[in-house]
Amino acid sequence: MAEQTVERAGSAPARPASPRRKWTDSPHLWFWIFVGPFIAGLLVFVVIPILWSVWLSFYDARNTVTPTHFVGFDNYRRMLGDASFRSSLITFVVFAAFIVPTTFVLSLGLAVLVNGVRRGKAFFRSVFFLPTACSYVVAAMIWRHSLFGGTAAGMVNTVMGWLGGAPIAWLSIVHPPWYWLVLVSVRLWLQVGFFMVLFLAALQRVPQQLYEAAALDGATGWKAFRYITFPQLRATSTAVLMLLLVNAFQAFDEFYNVLSTTGGYPPYARPPLVYLFNVALGNGQDFGDGSAGAVILTLIIAIFALLQGRFTGIGRRES
Amino acid sequence: MTSNLSARAARYLVLGVAALIFLVPFYLLLRGALSSEQQLVGIDHWTWFPTNPQWSNFADTFNNSTVPLARSMFNSLAIAVTQTVLVLVISGMAGYGLARSTVRYANAVFYLIVATLLIPAAVTFVPSFVMVSSLGWVSTLRGLIIPGLFQSLATFLFRQYFLGFPKELEEAARIDGAGPMRTFLSIVVPNSWGFTAAIATITFIGSWNSFLWPLVIGQDQSAWTVQVSLSTYITAQSVDLSGMFTAALVSMVPLLLMFLFLQRWIVAGVEQTGINE
Repeated sequence: MAEQTVERAGSAPARPASPRRKWTDSPHLWFWIFVGPFIAGLLVFVVIPILWSVWLSFYDARNTVTPTHFVGFDNYRRMLGDASFRSSLITFVVFAAFIVPTTFVLSLGLAVLVNGVRRGKAFFRSVFFLPTACSYVVAAMIWRHSLFGGTAAGMVNTVMGWLGGAPIAWLSIVHPPWYWLVLVSVRLWLQVGFFMVLFLAALQRVPQQLYEAAALDGATGWKAFRYITFPQLRATSTAVLMLLLVNAFQAFDEFYNVLSTTGGYPPYARPPLVYLFNVALGNGQDFGDGSAGAVILTLIIAIFALLQGRFTGIGRRES
Repeated sequence: MTSNLSARAARYLVLGVAALIFLVPFYLLLRGALSSEQQLVGIDHWTWFPTNPQWSNFADTFNNSTVPLARSMFNSLAIAVTQTVLVLVISGMAGYGLARSTVRYANAVFYLIVATLLIPAAVTFVPSFVMVSSLGWVSTLRGLIIPGLFQSLATFLFRQYFLGFPKELEEAARIDGAGPMRTFLSIVVPNSWGFTAAIATITFIGSWNSFLWPLVIGQDQSAWTVQVSLSTYITAQSVDLSGMFTAALVSMVPLLLMFLFLQRWIVAGVEQTGINE
């Protein structure tokens, strides 16, 4: 009680004493009224599930979430020893190696082009941004059954036919792995416009005087981009790279919908989440292994994010 | 001067070609939705335009007994609207509390939230499923809606926004004797519609298009969302391409309408997600 009075006096020294001040004046009470619902939900649906999962990862938890058989690090050993788990991490690395640089370059390039035109800026921005309205499921469907249809009736195969090329079975062969082209292009189409908007906003924050001064020194075109635009976009660029990497790590929708068949998911090109989906929610319902996998993936992504946070300083804007 | 002109022409040429390429998938969607099944599965050649548009595809796709399109559209709409409204309320209030509270531990709580921000929700779908299934919420709207209501990113963005909100407005209300809640509702909220609309649009789009969580939770047909329904067309035993594309086109109507009328707010919302330098 005494402590609260001190707190109150400290927080609002200018307010005149009023007889109507009651328990509702406590800053603690107001903090929890505003923040409490969010924190409670976060605990129940994020923090506790993660802790529960860590606990499950040390148990034999096939088809149960309240196991009794403690197995130590066996689940971890099995996951890390599983060739298909390791290959899912390799799939992510390959996918990220394609998708992160191409999205970065294309979205930045489009942003610079759109930012430079005098007429039609809004039109071009809308067109490139429109795919954001499309879900991965719908896009995967278009890519799989129209654009990259594996017969002479696929659109890309038709266009290649004009140029004298033979039709390619894009998704049903593994050598060469043409499915990567399908998977990378569908994500490119879906996300380039989103990141272009981020770059456009950043480009508009670059002070015009910098370009004027540089032009006096003879720096225009590529030189101006290299020595003024790009350095000015540093913060946005690091944020975009981080988002691209995290998004690639979470890839699930387009892989699942482009590659799944009536017989299930093929044994190749399984990104981490598809692998985890099969382990934890497939026929086995193995929550012990699934949890161990989730913990490993969470650690990997958290380490990524922490390293990145060192550079971008997320949450430190106000200081 | 001429080089300047040709540079400008080249710029428009590149943008024009890129714009055409970006529109191709939408053309393919429309083409698929209006074609007959024979035109789509004919394996010998590609048809650019459906010669006689099959408007009956729309009625057929709603009458398909294996894929409950109307039901799943309703589910998706209920989920997206509820999630959007509640995320705004929950994260808006939390963001305001974190930005304005004078209690000493406010910053500690904030850093806890930032820590969860580092772990993307998709990676934790196994733990979340464990929790939701123990609550008995599998295949229910509750299970689809409630776990997605506590978004650290939205709270983070609201906090950053409220830190920049002019304090003088609030102080005027405080002098008139308004408590924190009345100040929030009568001063802060009415002056924050632009930011709120931006967060609302990106929350709605994310909810409507989400796939992994609805796939995990919507195990009974009655709990399918529109994305899960569409996905079953892709993996189904019997191929129904025209029905599939028609359903996909129908599924995009709500978002295309949003893009038509609310694009300003959507773009503002996207820009917010990138501003964390």
